[in-house]
Amino acid sequence: MTLLKEPDLGTPDRPGEATVEVDIDGQQVFVPEGISVMRAAALAGIEIPKLCATDSMEAFGSCRLCLVEVDGGRGAPASCTTPVAVGMKVKTQTEKLAKLRRGVMELYISDHPLDCLTCPANGDCELQDMSGVVGLRDVRYGYAGENHLDAPTDHSNPYFDFDASKCIVCSRCVRACSEIQGTFALTIDGRGFDSKVAASAGESFMDSECVSCGACVQACPTSTLQERSVIDLGMPTRSVLTTCAYCGVGCSFKAELRGDEVVRMVPYKDGGANEGHSCVKGRFAFGYASHPDRVMKPMMRDSITDPWREVEWDDAIGFVASRMLEIQDKYGLGSIGGITSSRCTNEEVYVVQKMVRAAFGNNNVDTCARVCHSPTGYGLKQTFGTSAGTQDFKSVDQSDVMVVIGANPTDGHPVFASRMKRRLRQGAQLIVVDPRRIDMVRMPHLEAAHHLQLAPGTNVAVINAMAHVVVTEGLVDRDFVAERCEGFEAWESFIARPEHSPEAVEEITRVPAEELRAAARMYAGAQNAAIYYGLGVTEHSQGSTMVMGMANLAMATGSIGREGVGVNPLRGQNNVQGSCDMGSFPHELPGYRHVSDDAVREVFEQVWGRPILEEPGLRIPNMFDAALDGSFRAVFIQGEDIAQSDPNTRHVQAALSAMDLVVVQDLFLNETAKLAHVFLPGTSFLEKDGTFTNAERRINRVRPVMRPKTGKHEWQIICEIAQAMGYKMHYDNTSQIMDEVAATTPTFAGVSFELLDRVGSVQWPCNDKAPVGTPIMHVDGFVRGKGSFVQTAYVPTEERSTRRFPLILTTGRILSQYNVGSQTRRTANVAWHPEDVLEIHPHDAEDRGIRDGDLVSLASRVGETTLHAKIMDRMPVGVVYTTFHHPVTGANVVTTEHSDWATNCPEYKVTAVQVKLHQPAVSTSHSADAAHEPSSVLID
Amino acid sequence: MVRLANDIAAQFRHLPPDEAAADVADHIRRFWDPRMRAELLALADHRQVDLDAGVLAAAELLREGVAR
Repeated sequence: MTLLKEPDLGTPDRPGEATVEVDIDGQQVFVPEGISVMRAAALAGIEIPKLCATDSMEAFGSCRLCLVEVDGGRGAPASCTTPVAVGMKVKTQTEKLAKLRRGVMELYISDHPLDCLTCPANGDCELQDMSGVVGLRDVRYGYAGENHLDAPTDHSNPYFDFDASKCIVCSRCVRACSEIQGTFALTIDGRGFDSKVAASAGESFMDSECVSCGACVQACPTSTLQERSVIDLGMPTRSVLTTCAYCGVGCSFKAELRGDEVVRMVPYKDGGANEGHSCVKGRFAFGYASHPDRVMKPMMRDSITDPWREVEWDDAIGFVASRMLEIQDKYGLGSIGGITSSRCTNEEVYVVQKMVRAAFGNNNVDTCARVCHSPTGYGLKQTFGTSAGTQDFKSVDQSDVMVVIGANPTDGHPVFASRMKRRLRQGAQLIVVDPRRIDMVRMPHLEAAHHLQLAPGTNVAVINAMAHVVVTEGLVDRDFVAERCEGFEAWESFIARPEHSPEAVEEITRVPAEELRAAARMYAGAQNAAIYYGLGVTEHSQGSTMVMGMANLAMATGSIGREGVGVNPLRGQNNVQGSCDMGSFPHELPGYRHVSDDAVREVFEQVWGRPILEEPGLRIPNMFDAALDGSFRAVFIQGEDIAQSDPNTRHVQAALSAMDLVVVQDLFLNETAKLAHVFLPGTSFLEKDGTFTNAERRINRVRPVMRPKTGKHEWQIICEIAQAMGYKMHYDNTSQIMDEVAATTPTFAGVSFELLDRVGSVQWPCNDKAPVGTPIMHVDGFVRGKGSFVQTAYVPTEERSTRRFPLILTTGRILSQYNVGSQTRRTANVAWHPEDVLEIHPHDAEDRGIRDGDLVSLASRVGETTLHAKIMDRMPVGVVYTTFHHPVTGANVVTTEHSDWATNCPEYKVTAVQVKLHQPAVSTSHSADAAHEPSSVLID
Repeated sequence: MVRLANDIAAQFRHLPPDEAAADVADHIRRFWDPRMRAELLALADHRQVDLDAGVLAAAELLREGVAR
């Protein structure tokens, strides 16, 4: 594909059915009511010159280049700010307009460097283009007058420069920062000729509130805001449409290349999930894919104490297959298994679970969702009938109330957060349920109506209390419940009990009863109220119960089955949804169908040609326990660093060390690889060919921009291992794998690469009933038939603060880093977050003699680590907080064995700890010092 | 395993004992690997660990289920 440039119609669409007829340059055109003359002209194929207008933002009318003449009107209005009207007659090309436009351009060019030939934006500059369009040949004023040509360049951001000498003060960057991103970090400082773009209060971009989302760079019509990679490498020459490999938003990007080298990632306007927006990770942090740490050759060793030796692919594959068979021969069919990864494509995951079920002959397959959203799978399946969020992202545009529970969207899911913020600025109300005062509680131009700052571990008590208010104050949507649900009467009697009232639980939740009641009334009283949640819901001993509690609340208020409502998990990794869809859980075949279902097994047995066990296999923590008791001896681990990510590090290390064969497939030699016998180098998202499924069930194509640097695709390696084990598994390409998924899985029945290439993306279910997918689920009925109310008793966690460990540790993430950081730590993103720090309340810090920047020890009953303290009042007294992006911090050393009762998802969010001054030295440095002891890390 | 089994029983303690035992047994049957179920039944047989009454009742149902 050559360089893809999406059309820019100048101003946004105005959705609506009404049309008006206008005459533009003699053409009669019917256009949507309310759009601008500029957009109407563009729809008619007539391009009006413009500089400050772009269709991703509201019209501004400052550049005066898009002037038109309207019959019966005076002067020459700006076409971007002039709405179409019935019967309007517009002229876009007249002598008068040409003269006016040339005059405007003369003024711009008189104060602009004439270095087009050496400018990084040469060939991709709207100012250059417009000079040509208006026929500028001369600047009557000369170039020697007062100008900004000596204005300095800000090089502070690692990814882009701000060259003020090239700025035409069109405000596109300022408006992108406010309208699209919602950060309001940029402004126009000064007046008249002194007007200039400024970051925050005249700071450098790096020191400002800028979050490096790239929206300003994208919006800039000149080379004022320019990617460093373009400055260094030159303009890209071709594009490949693909999908971001970071969070569960799953943004669509144009990978823009010169040859095989990625120059930049540009968010794609037609991307269903992101609609042209991006964050610092997806936009800029792709350099890890070519980092020198990547392993490119397979490696083996006899013992984990031996050094690695590089081998050929055939040797590695043959060794894995023969050892797996030997181990099964000696210890039984169930002695081996596999773990799939949410960082891999649907097709790669599908073949791993197929290898386990058909070639290994057991159900010992699990996935990293075990430690993040497995409670979502369980809870939504029990209540609604399928393990997925109910809405598309766009749905939030219709929400009147949003409830954000245990999530921090501005850091974890920034592109969706921008959409949420936009809706909140339009007047929607926000309720935040979180122990920590996340940014969305109060930020520019928005403030949460209620922040229920609950004690960690009391989610279920809070959601039950909200439901209690709904039931006892007559706020139930009785018609919806009667028609659509079952189990309501029993649940109603349960939840109406006095022990669930806000007043009764106030002491344990620490949420003022009146505040909780007001929040519940706001949620129930809204026309459209939506719940969005994250790992602050799932990573608890009652994670699954809480998911069901939220589903109960949504059903009781009729907040399911239309735009603007629903219960929506914000997934951590890009393909958590997809890896679960593809049958990665040990009890479910693809499409969330239990292995005990004879009819379902028969479908796969026919296609796969092997019998499938009807009993569930081992979950990841069960695999560890079985390894230590000797019944589980070998594991294939796809793109997952369990030695770094799973709780109770010592237990995990002991289990891996006890196995006869550990096979790791990954980009980098990670912590798990230290305990492996075979390392199979994996491919980055830039080499993969397949699909990712994001948090809104959207299946997006991942297209390769280059051949696998390792010589083999990951799915090919899996197939070859299975074949070497005697099971015939072959595909010519990944399209055939998706075809097999479609043939065996009703929710994917209509999905094919051909469809995705044709329509862009689809949200499952995609089948005969929904040929282009299902943006909103449970519209006319729940997947399980009737929605099921489940009685959700609050059971306190056994992890409680004690005299010895009086504080509660809870964890989260930061915008610039991703998960355990193996990717983002290998990019310039470390500039924003060079180490994890411990946030501690001023009172708790003062009690312990801790000052900001001090090195402190963080200890629980299972382990201890050290990190620097950051004194903040975001947490309530008694709660401390850290992120988990750096191995040196090792939050997992302190996390405990407690887990969700239904799914074994670890209780990462509640750990009783003590914090002490590690040494008296005061350090404000952001780099770990010698006393900072290395340890392992926690995952989301 | 004992902790996990007891945690499951705790979630259903608000229900009548028979109903709770059936739910606990159903959950274990649907989500636990057979070797774990066998181990649980062995632990329930020997009463050597502190298993919740709800787990013991569920173990009886699981044993009957196996017998069926």
